[in-house]
Amino acid sequence: MKFGVVVFPGSNCDHDCHYVLNDVMKVKTDYIWHKRGEIKDYDCIVLPGGVSYGDSLRTGAIARFSPVMRALIEYAGRGGLLMGICNGFQILLEAGLLPGAMLRNTSLSFVCRDVWLRVENTKGPFTSSCKKGEILKIPVAHGEGNYYADEKTIKALEDNGRVVFRYCDELGMPSKLANPNGSVNDIAGICNGKGNVMGMMPHPERCSEKVLGSVDGKKLFESAINFLAG
Amino acid sequence: MGVSEKTESAEPAVSEQLVRDHNITPEEYAHIKEILGREPNFTELGIFSVMWSEHCSYKNSRPVLKLFPVDGPAVLVKAGEENAGVVDIGDGWAVSFKVESHNHPSAIEPFQGAATGVGGIIRDIFTMGARPVACLNSLRFGGLSNTRARYLLKGVVGGIAHYGNCIGIPTVGGEIYFDETYDGNPLVNAFCLGIIRHKDIARGCAKGEGNPVFYVGAATGRDGLGGASFASRELTDASHEDRPAVQVGDPFMEKLLLEACLELLKTGYVIGIQDMGAAGLTCSTCETASRGGSGIEIELSEVPKRETGMTPYEIMLSESQERMLVIAQKGKEKEVKKIFEKWDLHAVEIGHVTSDGMMRVKNNGKVVVNIPARKIAEDSPVYVREEKKPAYLEKANRLEEEKLAEPGDYNETLVRLLDDPTISSKKWVYEQYDHMVMTNTVLRPGSDAAVLRIKSAGKYIAISSDCNSTYCYLDPYTGGKIAVAESARNVVCSGASPLAVTDCLNFGNPMKPEIFWQFKKCVEGLADACRSFDTPVTGGNVSFYNENSGGAVDPTPIVCMVGLFENEKHITGASFVDEGDFIYLIGNNRSEIGGSLYIKNVFGMKKGKCPVLDIEEEKAVHTFCLEAIKKGLIKSAHDCSEGGLAVTLSESCIMSARGLGARIDLSRVYPASGSKAGFLFGESQSRIIVSVAPENARAFDALSGSFNADIYRIGTAEGKKLVIKFNEDVLINSAVSGLKDVYDNSIECKLKTQKNGDSR
Repeated sequence: MKFGVVVFPGSNCDHDCHYVLNDVMKVKTDYIWHKRGEIKDYDCIVLPGGVSYGDSLRTGAIARFSPVMRALIEYAGRGGLLMGICNGFQILLEAGLLPGAMLRNTSLSFVCRDVWLRVENTKGPFTSSCKKGEILKIPVAHGEGNYYADEKTIKALEDNGRVVFRYCDELGMPSKLANPNGSVNDIAGICNGKGNVMGMMPHPERCSEKVLGSVDGKKLFESAINFLAG
Repeated sequence: MGVSEKTESAEPAVSEQLVRDHNITPEEYAHIKEILGREPNFTELGIFSVMWSEHCSYKNSRPVLKLFPVDGPAVLVKAGEENAGVVDIGDGWAVSFKVESHNHPSAIEPFQGAATGVGGIIRDIFTMGARPVACLNSLRFGGLSNTRARYLLKGVVGGIAHYGNCIGIPTVGGEIYFDETYDGNPLVNAFCLGIIRHKDIARGCAKGEGNPVFYVGAATGRDGLGGASFASRELTDASHEDRPAVQVGDPFMEKLLLEACLELLKTGYVIGIQDMGAAGLTCSTCETASRGGSGIEIELSEVPKRETGMTPYEIMLSESQERMLVIAQKGKEKEVKKIFEKWDLHAVEIGHVTSDGMMRVKNNGKVVVNIPARKIAEDSPVYVREEKKPAYLEKANRLEEEKLAEPGDYNETLVRLLDDPTISSKKWVYEQYDHMVMTNTVLRPGSDAAVLRIKSAGKYIAISSDCNSTYCYLDPYTGGKIAVAESARNVVCSGASPLAVTDCLNFGNPMKPEIFWQFKKCVEGLADACRSFDTPVTGGNVSFYNENSGGAVDPTPIVCMVGLFENEKHITGASFVDEGDFIYLIGNNRSEIGGSLYIKNVFGMKKGKCPVLDIEEEKAVHTFCLEAIKKGLIKSAHDCSEGGLAVTLSESCIMSARGLGARIDLSRVYPASGSKAGFLFGESQSRIIVSVAPENARAFDALSGSFNADIYRIGTAEGKKLVIKFNEDVLINSAVSGLKDVYDNSIECKLKTQKNGDSR
């Protein structure tokens, strides 16, 4: 089983994701430089958070033109597991691998804090080891995490169970205060129709070790590993 | 950015007026002529003026800075040797850290001023070959009722967030004070810490005749022209006209530069590396040559520029950000260029190392600067300034405590203090900073000290920054000592042993004898305390001229203390943990109300005597507290500072996971004299509030017997209320949830209610 973490110029959670996969989860993990044109022999690839290309134009707007993206689109088409975290999610949207777009947080400020997520879908590979309705505490850190899509797209996402995570309070209830960015329907993460491509704003790699105060994030990586192990 | 149409014009002749305009005294000018054996030309004059500005040369502070202890068994690179100091943390690993001011730029353009302050200090750290892993910021603003102060706060916080979040280095802590003394003169001190193996420490030196000199990073523009000289003057109403002297930062460029430089340093092809910070190309070339005992020659036509028609003067004095100078091994040019190309950057060879000791600058082949490198870097003038005890002290130190009305309701006073933005939660600030990236943040902002793990080294460190400028105003010597003692205490509360210090000394105009006296006394206090705690000063920064038409800022020597944990298990938080735990006070209460935030907030006075600091007593408290933590006897430890006992106890309740209350009885620790308010809110030093599991109480008591520290069991963590009793009087009886609400939202409320009308 081999994992990969893509490095764009300006990625800054690449080391964190690599550490969690390679050193905490103990799965072999490579860095994949963004100029690489071919993706072979990987079972799961993570697009990490950061500020690729300095957020020029829009978040993720330039990174999607990196050579690795064409290879990743093919890889995802073959059913390869692909997870975008924060900036990685923004890049997936810009690349058209997931629908919708990101707006600035309604506060107009960057926000870094713990949020609670309700697991809405446990069929996909990244939540296969979670229970439906389970509440996870995972931090966010972004300025543009206000997920938006037109009504038709949102309806399609909701009807097909493609909303994977929703912001909620400690008890699992939706609330304005619990949503850190103003996203439609409190959406924190979504997946594609097949479920092999998933994007989320919160950072599971930041809460996968006891010393950091929470291991809730680890469940996502465990899910992917268990899914792959079959 | 528009490209200027200005064409290269003839340089002005050096006249007396021009010399004066460059802040060079007639004596200094005579010295320049002596060094050169001739008159300097315009570009050379500019070079001397920036290199001999206070910002670069420390000409007014050097004799005083000699007081600092700089040696210690753990110090690997000493203060002043390189861009930042380096301290051993064991097993072949070290930390490199430094704090630097960016006050003047932030006063004029808060967003870019603060952002480039962060960028500059990060460059200082990776220049040493270290990977930056944490930033902190020490900020000072005027009162939040002041429109300008609100504008500055928002701009500075926005700028720090912009830079730190983008480059991906967590901003894990720091402190903020609000006081009218900073109206118009905000302080922005940025700290960065990096991690490095001993064997990888890089040097800022140019050696080996013929070795190529590379320019890497952003192109040079006219921004930040003469910023170092700008920072060496008082601010005036016309200072906004200096806005071009404020640089613009590009954190994405710096992220690429950081990764490329660290990758390059791994190859071993680098002889020397230095960032182009203050005085840009000038400082980096002459300092590297001087350190290497060499000369250096560069050709300005090779320097990448983003504006046309730039003169040698402008190129040499530009402070455009995100630029580095790299001296590489001859023959490895291709390899160097390849690494920068990988990161979409260009490394341009602009010159080479020579053996004649000269800093020689050519423009299209014509020599435009020819100065002995060592002379300009090391031979700057040194002044011992006149000092005089200020007259204000006598009046300021006199406080007739008995005339102060005692509060009618202590609960109200407590709420008032928790609502004071200097005390209240800085959540509004730190939630805008990415404080978790790099997944090393063990104790998040809001604790006494930031606690980080260093994955690669398997180490844990604590960092705290502190300075109460009111104490320094009332008694600079004691105030200086307290700044060190408090930062050490914070590190101890988190469970670490204090290791070393970096400081940033913010004062007014040193030409004024009263200001120089404050400066000298503060440094004496810092130096004495650092010596007592065995924490050498590994570098830092002096910022003078923090002064405007309204006067100078209160003396503000910021101390950043770095501590090392013996064991991960020793990491200790500030908040109460479990119902039923015993609460102890380590240390003694005195009746000390002078200089407290209580009298400032309630009576609008900055008066009285600064709290006493007995170093031996302080050390005894630290030693005992740390030993008890190491023995696993302490569940939480919180330093008692601004707002006194009542605020400290409130904070330990507020920050606890479920708003745990406390029942406190102070009858046993009430001092013989003084008011109850002074007792609750006074700021006596050397006190720590700890919580201890009941089953460990006996061991804790016994342990205190073998140390010279006084302890008092003052209560129990229980319920949802904070209740403080004295004999039969209930002084405080408040729901923690209500206190928390005030504490958490104070700053945001103050910014929101006054939203309209904020302007420059």
